[in-house]
Amino acid sequence: MPEREVVLITGTRKGIGRYLAEHFVRKGALVEGCSRQLPDWNLENYEHHIVDVTSEDQVRSMIAAIKKRHGRLDVVINNAGVASMNHVLLTPVETAARIMDTNFRGSFLVCRESAKLMQRRHYGRIINMSSVAVPLRLAGEAVYAAAKSAVTTFTQILARELADFGITCNVVSPSPIDTDLIRGVPREKIEELLKQLAIRRKGTCKDVANVIDFFAHPDSGYVTGQVIYLGGA
Amino acid sequence: MERAVVTDMVVKCLEEILQQDGQTPERPIDATAQLIGQDSLLDSLGLVRLIADVEQRLHAEHEILVTLADERAMSQKNSPFRSVSALADYICLLAEEQHGHARA
Repeated sequence: MPEREVVLITGTRKGIGRYLAEHFVRKGALVEGCSRQLPDWNLENYEHHIVDVTSEDQVRSMIAAIKKRHGRLDVVINNAGVASMNHVLLTPVETAARIMDTNFRGSFLVCRESAKLMQRRHYGRIINMSSVAVPLRLAGEAVYAAAKSAVTTFTQILARELADFGITCNVVSPSPIDTDLIRGVPREKIEELLKQLAIRRKGTCKDVANVIDFFAHPDSGYVTGQVIYLGGA
Repeated sequence: MERAVVTDMVVKCLEEILQQDGQTPERPIDATAQLIGQDSLLDSLGLVRLIADVEQRLHAEHEILVTLADERAMSQKNSPFRSVSALADYICLLAEEQHGHARA
């Protein structure tokens, strides 16, 4: 019987992260997830960590706990993220720092610590979440798109640095999906964004999971440094 | 943490990496083994693997959770990654500081 995959997903308390946790558990994986607060749900074969992904100590401790429990880590999905839509002239520097921290610094720390564990088995799949906000260059999303742009470039270079360790690194860039992340975005802004997609509808968690399944698959070892934009952005 | 124990651990990690790469050192590895520079037993990727392995072994065997390639290590005039001996010294320093924090 093949070993069960060990999958770490950040930001699993709700939204896409929760969907992905349930999805991978259904597929038979042993799933580890994290968020800053406890989720109001639990699942067999799912372990939750209370972690702020911007804290080096907390991320390090989480990866150490995963190593202790499973001895390995096969797939990492950096899903945790925050958004804030505002005109640049009205964006407080603290908001900009928070968006950069959670989206970029958090992904960086989780990638770095995960790769240290993955390299021991010469196998790993890292999947980072960016956004269609990067190519669409929407007004009002300057800081968020800049943070996600950083995630994209970081992942593409990480792919080169980790290739010798048997670790692939790819990016999924979802279009708007009905989650808390876009709840505060005015409807007309969403409509405006959807008009710029080839497929003019919101994405679904299932659409995201489909691409992640491809990147995470053991047979995808020759696929790295790639970015898939959902909806045809 | 005893320095001899740390040195032994670094040597073991280094031996494992060389073995995985099919390399046989000309003489037994000890504290004087170089990790960077012309006489190094490792290439740059090998050093990355060594640091990651040592960090993980430190936690698994001694419950010490540290990032060896921290800001201080990277800015030192004499790199703590230049030899097994220098790395062992740096680990002992970090372990002592962590122990001190835990006591405080």
